[in-house]
Amino acid sequence: MSFLQFVLKHRLEITTLTFEHLRLVLWSLAIALAVGLPLGVFLVRHPRWRAVVLGTNNVIQVIPSLALFGLLLPVPWLGARADRLTIVALALYALLPIVRNTYTGISGVDPTVLEVATGMGLTPRQVLWNVELPLATPVILGGVRVATVITIGVATIAAAIGAGGLGEFIFRGLAMVDNNVILAGAIPAALMALLADALLGGLQRLLQRPRR
Amino acid sequence: MTDRLDTAIEFCRVRYAISGSRAILSDLDLSVKTGEVFVLLGRSGSGKTTTLKLINRLLEPNAGEILVEGRSTLSWDPIQLRRSIGYAVQDVGLFPHYTVEKNVALIPRAEGWEKARIAQRVEEVLALVGLPSVEFANRYPHELSGGQRQRVGLARAIAAKPPVLLMDEPFGALDPLTRGEIQREFAALHTKLGTTVLFVTHDVAEALLLADRIALFDAGKIVGIFTPDEFTHCTDARVQPYLASIHQRPR
Repeated sequence: MSFLQFVLKHRLEITTLTFEHLRLVLWSLAIALAVGLPLGVFLVRHPRWRAVVLGTNNVIQVIPSLALFGLLLPVPWLGARADRLTIVALALYALLPIVRNTYTGISGVDPTVLEVATGMGLTPRQVLWNVELPLATPVILGGVRVATVITIGVATIAAAIGAGGLGEFIFRGLAMVDNNVILAGAIPAALMALLADALLGGLQRLLQRPRR
Repeated sequence: MTDRLDTAIEFCRVRYAISGSRAILSDLDLSVKTGEVFVLLGRSGSGKTTTLKLINRLLEPNAGEILVEGRSTLSWDPIQLRRSIGYAVQDVGLFPHYTVEKNVALIPRAEGWEKARIAQRVEEVLALVGLPSVEFANRYPHELSGGQRQRVGLARAIAAKPPVLLMDEPFGALDPLTRGEIQREFAALHTKLGTTVLFVTHDVAEALLLADRIALFDAGKIVGIFTPDEFTHCTDARVQPYLASIHQRPR
């Protein structure tokens, strides 16, 4: 059976697993953003914590994904469901680029602009929302872009603990020594990563335009 | 305002030091009259900029107090205090992601003015600084020349009609011709507005041109306060070098 025939025959399952994959990725990115953005802002305000937080994040990056899944398995509430555990693990991986770029992006805002904004009477909250975050957005988006691509890739490993997603095909194919099955998982995952990268890259360029 | 105080800003024995190092300002006393252009002249590091930042509470004094409209800056709500004080600096600090219009409308908008009133005010102040809003309102800062940017900065500073204006070497980065132009315009503008202005500069000619009074700063202290006329005729050894600096200029 050719690869195309295989894809046609299993198109339903491929679609289902693609959406499953997407769901894992989107949830983990949502969590990583919800935690990472405030954490990045926090580090700008309290630079003392920078080394500790970014260091911890770096350590997480270094843990191989399969090991991280195993490490989280005995955690009570987390280990109870494979997809729950996967989402948390993926969010941990996505955290570093988001925190780091939020920090870098905001730190890179022209200090004169900030001083004048404060000196003219904007509240700290207004400075954050009207000045710091908008000006840091291209850099933050760069982090989100990296995080997204990493997450889509690592999410394939989630099948090893039964969380589903396109990794199902990859692991099944490996076990069956069948390239068609492997590719039926690998190609959609790769396409998803490329597409996400292109979309976020386009958005980044769009937002970068009206300034020096 | 009918019952404006004669004194807009007053410093009483103000001391400011960065923790652990020598005082940047020590025992500073000065009082600025409502409606005058008060120039703070001195070399870099003499405490001029620090003095300005103490007024809008970007810095807080270690001792003494600063009165704005008769009230200590520390008893003001800092946001309210700053919104009643215009602020323009050498690097302008326009928001690069805002159009000229949005930049100028910043404080009126934060203050919750009505849309129509904001639009009208933006047009008005842009016209005051010589930038017709039809042409400039929708441009971004990077589409302006240095002089135009500085004009927008000035328009933004006066947009919410603050009674006091702080200007930190606002024209320092401009080429001599543009600077001369904008200085004359500013003098005319001030006559029209009557705002109290504190103006930091190290350029003696600029000080003499714009000031009602000049405070000469040296090493965190005020050497003396002069009218431009007194200044040019002053024989004080600390004033002489400044006068010499203008006379040395090639004609």
